[in-house]
Amino acid sequence: MVNLKKDSLIIANKKFNSRLIVGTGKYKSMTECAKAIKLSGAEIVTVAVRRVNISDKNKPLLMDYIDPKKITYLPNTAGCFNSKEALRTLRLAREIGGWKLVKLEVLGDKKNLFPDMIETLKSTEVLAKEGFNVMVYCNDDPLMAKRLESSGADAIMPLAAPIGSGLGIQNKINIQIIRKQTKLPLIIDAGLGQASDATIAMELGCDGVLVNTAIAKAKKPFEMALAFKNAVIAGRQSYKSGRIDKILMGNPSSPSKGII
Amino acid sequence: MKKIKKIKIKINGKIKSLNQDSNLSLVLKNLKIPLNKVAIELNEEIIDKKKINKIKLNKNDKIEIVHFIGGG
Repeated sequence: MVNLKKDSLIIANKKFNSRLIVGTGKYKSMTECAKAIKLSGAEIVTVAVRRVNISDKNKPLLMDYIDPKKITYLPNTAGCFNSKEALRTLRLAREIGGWKLVKLEVLGDKKNLFPDMIETLKSTEVLAKEGFNVMVYCNDDPLMAKRLESSGADAIMPLAAPIGSGLGIQNKINIQIIRKQTKLPLIIDAGLGQASDATIAMELGCDGVLVNTAIAKAKKPFEMALAFKNAVIAGRQSYKSGRIDKILMGNPSSPSKGII
Repeated sequence: MKKIKKIKIKINGKIKSLNQDSNLSLVLKNLKIPLNKVAIELNEEIIDKKKINKIKLNKNDKIEIVHFIGGG
């Protein structure tokens, strides 16, 4: 049996046992979100930076439901469409309480939500110089992934498909090429629709997956959180076990010797 | 009695009327802002939360107070 206990995910020198990162958006309530996270076993959750509602002082706060001392908050730049906005957001996130590990996401198009890689690359360079540990949402482009790596990224996070689309991994070949070329943590971010998509990502050699919509918007989010947890473990075990070669013709499983 | 001069500032996009020379720390206290869970910008510059006692607000100042919410 594969000893998965020693098989930790290491990002910017921090060790994590779970390879599933979950988003905290789109849930019906904070209670539902907190329970789904617990069931998923995730140790890292993405969070957004937004204005405090100053007219409703009793509005529930995320930190009251998900303890940042127990779960690693990964502030993101969701909704930012240029480098300036993204840098402002993450500098503020750091100020909230010392968050250095961040997820950079600079979008380029409001409809397909594909990343603007030129702005992303620029931001990565600045953030790395400012001492941030940057996990970068990017296109599934091996050349751009290489550029990000040399710009100081701490993790490469290519999309499987557009954010929230649920389409699953569209370009397995590119993901495998990126896997071959980088030793950085490779995490599939965005576009997964069901648990088996996470298994496929892990079987391609990814170090982890990030899921939000597929869990939060499932008919039964708690069950789906559990399904994703198991799917990631299964995929990782399968990858580490070394799959058989593919052949064109059949190959019987029972010996042909001694047939009566 | 001398009338206290009022100034207008913006907090998270909303216009607020304050007494001139109001202290940022007092304004945040009145809004019941949990300082350990937010970050504050004054005119697009991040404020060191330890120094808010020393900051006096001026006419047309823009304050942004942000925190973490659910997101993917």
